[in-house]
Amino acid sequence: MNAAASSPPGEPLLRVEDLRVEFPTEDGVVHAVDGITYQVHSGRTLGIVGESGSGKTVSSLTTLGLTRRQGARISGRILFEGQDLVTLPEDELRAIRGDDIAMIFQDPLSSLHPLYTVGRQLTEAVRAHRDVSRAQARERAIELLGLVGIPDPARRVDEYPHEFSGGMRQRAMIAMALANEPKLLIADEPTTALDVTVQAQILALMERLQRELGMAIVIITHDLGVVAEMADDIAVMYAGRIVETASAARVFAAPEHPYTWGLLKSIPTLYGPREEDLFPIPGTPPSLISPPSGCHFHPRCPYVQPDHTRIDPQLQPVGDEPGHHVACLLEPDVRRRLWEQLGAGRTPEEALAEVSPGAPA
Amino acid sequence: MSAAGQDAARGDETPPGDVLVRVRDLVKHFPITRGIVFQKKIGAVRAVDGVSLEIERGETLGIVGETGCGKSTTAKLLMRLLDATGGEIDFEGTDITRVKGARLKAVRREVQMIFQDPYSSLNPRKTVGSIIGEPFAIHRLMREKGERKREVQRLMETVGLNPEHYNRYPHEFSGGQRQRIGVARALALNPKLLIADEPVSALDVSIQAQVLNLLRDLQRRLGLTVVFIAHDLSVVRHMCDRVAVMYLGKIVEIGPNEALYEFPRHPYTGALLAAVPVADPSLHGSARRLLSGDVPSPANPPSGCRFHTRCPKAQPLCSTQEPPLQDKGSGTLVACHYPLSHEEVAEIGVRSAR
Repeated sequence: MNAAASSPPGEPLLRVEDLRVEFPTEDGVVHAVDGITYQVHSGRTLGIVGESGSGKTVSSLTTLGLTRRQGARISGRILFEGQDLVTLPEDELRAIRGDDIAMIFQDPLSSLHPLYTVGRQLTEAVRAHRDVSRAQARERAIELLGLVGIPDPARRVDEYPHEFSGGMRQRAMIAMALANEPKLLIADEPTTALDVTVQAQILALMERLQRELGMAIVIITHDLGVVAEMADDIAVMYAGRIVETASAARVFAAPEHPYTWGLLKSIPTLYGPREEDLFPIPGTPPSLISPPSGCHFHPRCPYVQPDHTRIDPQLQPVGDEPGHHVACLLEPDVRRRLWEQLGAGRTPEEALAEVSPGAPA
Repeated sequence: MSAAGQDAARGDETPPGDVLVRVRDLVKHFPITRGIVFQKKIGAVRAVDGVSLEIERGETLGIVGETGCGKSTTAKLLMRLLDATGGEIDFEGTDITRVKGARLKAVRREVQMIFQDPYSSLNPRKTVGSIIGEPFAIHRLMREKGERKREVQRLMETVGLNPEHYNRYPHEFSGGQRQRIGVARALALNPKLLIADEPVSALDVSIQAQVLNLLRDLQRRLGLTVVFIAHDLSVVRHMCDRVAVMYLGKIVEIGPNEALYEFPRHPYTGALLAAVPVADPSLHGSARRLLSGDVPSPANPPSGCRFHTRCPKAQPLCSTQEPPLQDKGSGTLVACHYPLSHEEVAEIGVRSAR
């Protein structure tokens, strides 16, 4: 659950350093991931939040080496237990993928092979990394299906994916990801295709398995509700970069980046006054081929100042809060006052008029 | 049907309580057949199975429920895109359930739809001007070219598009702008009823808010009557005056927004609300009671109350006798023999409860 914010001592399980992923295309080079750094410890959950095209999926596919074949230009380091996955030869990476690091994809129907039984696909995942007999692998498959809460697993193991409901397919995907008790689980929008009651079941299942197996989870989602429930730490991505990172409690209680404010203020909630208007973020996400100059968010930022179009902000620590970093050119004091205004229900324009960030505080 | 001569003056206030649409015992069964040449009916998917509701002028009615609960089928029946197996749809006092030909066309003019996917619901080979103007072409209105163009540009302005983009193609617009094109097209004929089927679920959060604000603004300015179908309970709470919760082809609870969200009486409504992830880690202390299992097949729904197979409160009576929609004294109509109490609502972890 959402325990204390500070990072536990010791080496992180996964450490991504200044990762860049570029795809050369006919129209130009797409800067999908533009220098991101983050880390995850065993037993902890990192939530990566962002909109479509923010680079959140590409960064995790790259961790598994799945962008190599698409002609991606990759630089930076991805240290998993001290080993750099960026430079690791393909056959060694394959030994890690599906064994120590596993991934759950968004769409369970297209991620399962329709012509093989669920059991056969599960045993394949086991036997790819473990030297066990067919019978033993089958036993393991049944055990895994039971573990993820599929009723009557000994019978279900011989069924095909189309005989499973959406929720059961996603459970089967999770079972497959857990087949070899991975140390790191990457879940890319694991519940987006599911109904809320099934989503709640799947998220509870992931939390339970994390407690039992002690794995680290990276959950990628656009749903702020899902990260709030699952993550210990959150990284907010915009246009290929991390613009803010902090503990989950901190991101929701004292966010620092205008984009994070925009996300929080643009979702309707189940509680709170219903008449309150939403404050959408104006405009649309930028092109990753020719991103805006200076701060990439400046064309959509209500608080933009003239020099923000020139200067490219770096992630800076926020006050004395450990682990909280933000890439924003506004003065810390101005940011704090702006968020106070927004928190009190003011519109961005009203907040701006109140605080006037251009003038010295 | 007064449809033919109907025109603009829709903005003026209509008294509350004036019913525009009255649906009684609406049923839609899709046959399951076996055989190719000699087809034999071996069963039916009971997608909508006895839905009754009223839509008042000027209100927004939300329909929520999970995949396969029949919410989109209900919308298609209201649009007359599907023919009902049974029951009745009254539109302004006229039964439109089985009208055909010119009279059906007149109904279609009064009921317009906004679709889920702003990418596949716009013809990529047509300009925005001709997409928004197409309803006029179909219904042979505004036949003078300059007049039609002026009207389309006025609509574009209403939904926040630049009228100068009249001759652009859909691919030149972003997802949120495309959804605005869909809204403008739906508003073109000044419909009496607007049906929005998951209008924002394909959009990114920041864009979703733009479209929700637009729809809410149009509701207020034009006094629209809207049926708003969505699976996102937070969005429905934000947008709707009244909400109907569907489960396996039936309405299990219906009532005013506040009453339903603050004191859900049906165990299914409670479970849905408890399952919504809340974007606030400080609210996560208490454990939630989660539903187990999956929705049963609508081809073979459970006897009695359809929810009894998953209901934590089920009693023997629930599997034999179907509960009617009744007022249980908290403002909503609920189809349950043993509705939730205040204590139980708190216990299952409904975050919108009082």
